[in-house]
Amino acid sequence: MTIGMLLSRVRVEEKLLLQAFHDRGVPVVVLDDRETVFDYHRADQWRRFDVVVERCINHSRALCGLRILNDFGVATVNTYEVALVCGNKLETTSALVRHEVPTPRCRIAFTPESALAAIEELGYPVVLKPAVGSWGRLLSKINDRDAAEAILEHKEILGSYHHSIFYIQEYVDKPARDIRAFVVGDETICAIYRYSPHWITNTARGGEGEICPVTAELDEICQRASQAVGGGVLAVDLIEHPERGLLVNEINHTMEFHTAQPTTGIDIAGMIVDYVVGVAKRRQQDG
Amino acid sequence: MSAEQPVECPECAAAVALPDDVVAGEILQCAECGVELEVVKDGAISLRPAPEEEEDWGE
Repeated sequence: MTIGMLLSRVRVEEKLLLQAFHDRGVPVVVLDDRETVFDYHRADQWRRFDVVVERCINHSRALCGLRILNDFGVATVNTYEVALVCGNKLETTSALVRHEVPTPRCRIAFTPESALAAIEELGYPVVLKPAVGSWGRLLSKINDRDAAEAILEHKEILGSYHHSIFYIQEYVDKPARDIRAFVVGDETICAIYRYSPHWITNTARGGEGEICPVTAELDEICQRASQAVGGGVLAVDLIEHPERGLLVNEINHTMEFHTAQPTTGIDIAGMIVDYVVGVAKRRQQDG
Repeated sequence: MSAEQPVECPECAAAVALPDDVVAGEILQCAECGVELEVVKDGAISLRPAPEEEEDWGE
């Protein structure tokens, strides 16, 4: 069995994954995406891998690599389709709504004028997000019309083209925390609360982790969310709405777990590796 | 105590300690200047500034 790991840099997570593969005696070839070249006419070079684990830090590189690998018939964790849906908030929201998974109310608009109308209709405060982005970057909580006009004008004048798709989400007055739950295959393996006095609770922005019990309710919504985006190895971010209960906010397909693994005591890296090995074995059996 | 000798930070020339299980591509932080550094293993181990964050970085 040979596993490839396509990565950009070896963070805590990649190091834990490499160690977990090593502990299981599974050889891994590290593929640095800065040095990787895909030759469309040499698929055979890639078919030696039973599975390629995608851990790129650049979403665009992840998407391109997965597209080509899947076209070559190489199994990947996660798949191109899952990365496509999870890496774009519009795609994620579409999948969640299509599968009737509870999620915050959302509006999409294409011009500052229609975005302002959508914001006013949704009611302040709202959250404006870039469709592609992570770690809480470039999120705007808009509290009134003055702020809305300013942010929309700045996006129109200064933003690159994809900032002209306005993704507008209701602001949920959550209890100074959100929930990150980890799904591997059909199991919700653990979850943490991410606490922060700031409205952005991402641990990449200073939020602190605390263990969160995986209740039947949490497990059920996480499984539905995972199935909605295609399944695999996923981190589901949820908000506790005071009236509507758990809402799925985002889903991450190349998840970080440097806070969650020590917080929960769950060997997340090991469980991911076991899942990957299972995918590889099934591929081998299927020939 | 790491089996590897400390390596010089390319930004501030401080000695950066390496973990025992250091691997190529690993990201370290210089304790002196705080810059993120990437481990390069090309025979000997050296450090270079880690790539700057880009707009589509994330998880």
